[in-house]
Amino acid sequence: MSKFLRQTLWTALPFVGALLMIVIFLLLLQQFTAVEAGPLDVLEAFWKSISSRGELSLRKIGNVIEFWIPLVLVSMGLVVTFRAGLWNIGIEGQMIFGGIFATGMAFLRISDSPLVMVPLVILSAMLGGALWALLVGLLKTKFGVNEIFGGVALNAIASQITLQLIAGPWRPPDSDKAQYSDDIPGASMLHGISPDFDVSLVALIIAIAAIVLVVLALNGTRWGLNLKATGRNPRSALLLGVPVTATSLGALALCGALAGIGGAHRVIFTEGQVAGQFTGGIGFIGLLVVLLVGMRGAWVPLVALLFTIILNAGTQLQFINLDSSLTGVLQGMLVLMVMLFSGLRDRWQLQQSRKVKIAATPQAEGAD
Amino acid sequence: MNEELLNVLRTLVLSATPLTIAAMGETITERAGVINLSLDGSLALSAVTGFGVAIFTGSPEIGILAAMLAGALVALIIALASIELRLDQVAIGFVLTLLMADLAEFVGVPVAGQRVNGVPYWPLPILSDIPIIGRIFFDHNALVYISYLLVIGTWFWLFRTRAGHAHRAIGERPESAYARGTRVNFQRYIYTIIGGSLVGMAGAAYSLSVRVGWTTPPSMLGDGWIALAIVIFGGWHPARVMLGAYLFAGLKAVAGAIQSTDLAIPVTLLNTLPWVLMIATLLLVSSGGVERLLRIFPRQMQYRLRSILRSDPPRALGQRFDEG
Repeated sequence: MSKFLRQTLWTALPFVGALLMIVIFLLLLQQFTAVEAGPLDVLEAFWKSISSRGELSLRKIGNVIEFWIPLVLVSMGLVVTFRAGLWNIGIEGQMIFGGIFATGMAFLRISDSPLVMVPLVILSAMLGGALWALLVGLLKTKFGVNEIFGGVALNAIASQITLQLIAGPWRPPDSDKAQYSDDIPGASMLHGISPDFDVSLVALIIAIAAIVLVVLALNGTRWGLNLKATGRNPRSALLLGVPVTATSLGALALCGALAGIGGAHRVIFTEGQVAGQFTGGIGFIGLLVVLLVGMRGAWVPLVALLFTIILNAGTQLQFINLDSSLTGVLQGMLVLMVMLFSGLRDRWQLQQSRKVKIAATPQAEGAD
Repeated sequence: MNEELLNVLRTLVLSATPLTIAAMGETITERAGVINLSLDGSLALSAVTGFGVAIFTGSPEIGILAAMLAGALVALIIALASIELRLDQVAIGFVLTLLMADLAEFVGVPVAGQRVNGVPYWPLPILSDIPIIGRIFFDHNALVYISYLLVIGTWFWLFRTRAGHAHRAIGERPESAYARGTRVNFQRYIYTIIGGSLVGMAGAAYSLSVRVGWTTPPSMLGDGWIALAIVIFGGWHPARVMLGAYLFAGLKAVAGAIQSTDLAIPVTLLNTLPWVLMIATLLLVSSGGVERLLRIFPRQMQYRLRSILRSDPPRALGQRFDEG
């Protein structure tokens, strides 16, 4: 067996193990609960969510990409913060604030031209997300509040602010108790490429640019090195002359800006208005994506695609009497199992290499 | 005493119970050097487990036991992953908290909106007859009394027993504890599982005591994070942790009381209060705010106050220990 093949198999092993566990989980559900659908039915639901009449459907793939774009944006942001050693669970709040700033700008109605409004809206979304992320960063660097707790609290506060805005200034004029804000003015909206492929070209380009730029910046620049050093060991990084605080804050601001665009995309493309939970939990799914890919940002597009397909199959799952929350369970299980199996594999490899060492020791002593 | 105020205080104690139990479980776990970050998801999963089993068996007591088992199992995953597989405790806790919240929602579909008898009301004889105090503290169900015993028991265990000293040692200096013959990783398993089962009990306290039932999204969503913050605010000391739990429950009770009056304070603003308080308390304990506060007091008092107010995390918190 060639070395390359063996390496590939080793890498794939946790994924195979995770898939096996998920299949077993679904089989158990089928056997011991009222659930009638089995693993194959679930697989079929995934297939149906991207196809119609047995063929890949462009329209449905468009729907997948519509989710994929914000997920990729937040995930690329999270790859940056993850590399800097930050657990940016505040990503949801950053998405929300992106959406809030975007909506605020849209309602200013500065111009009727999309050429003016769309860039302004996107820039303010980046600003909103970055500011909310910097708040987490300041709490951490200046006041020692762990970013996990700061992030969770700011998520909750951001979502309450959204509700307050919907109930107050952004209320549709014809209703007094609103679940949704007024419609976003047309000039600030993004539009799909065609009715059959409802994906915003602008957003797609931004998402792809984000992937390329983040991967390049992380692997080919001084800044990327600084991030890595900060993430590995902030104390020695500081001794080596890395501006640790600035690097952390910069990572958070960049992540927030990307998440902000993701949040804005939900508002100015997917929803066309602001609802209570307009982020759709995409920030948390992004966290799962990044926990799965770890530092390897280049894998984000593919893993995000897989997660979006799982997420999008929610409606199809309901047709076979499975609650759509199963999608979250499958995503979480996938990540947990891959982590556990990777740990198992690494542990086993370590033991193997120790055995080799022990076997080699007597000779070394003999030579002494 | 005003009857209305009495009722608010009584509700406060009832709603502080799950927070107290969960934070106590986490204190036990973290004192052993392990972070169980999955609290928010574990609480939801154990709440729905307890509720579901109570419906199935008709017994809330068996429901509580099942919830404890669920919490213990999640904790076992964390212990196994961090001790045997050497995975990062924060990463694994992160995944678990998301997964368990989703899993709770998924398994909760068939039982959502159903009714069941909660933990039976059981005013303590004699004690509940004490004026005012009796009504507030001893006019509840068994889970509330368990939470009191738990705080006292944990304090006694950690600071007044030999085994408790060893417990703290494996969270502070595992290598010294190991050198003195403590089986560090074995004990970490034990305390993580005990802590997890208490988190499970707290979950059952939500679905079978505070507000009997299960809804989507669950009522306790977010409280797991608050419990984790309370442990930090409480400086890993049982009494202060309990104080923290009552502080947060008190804020909720006040917010609830304001909501039912005609005061024109928006609900959304009230809902942000616990989170603002969470940031504020963490700011106080982590930014040296305590030190600045201490300087106001006369020097003789400072030493004593510092030992009460200080909150350094267990030194080996979140760190792996390799035996041998």
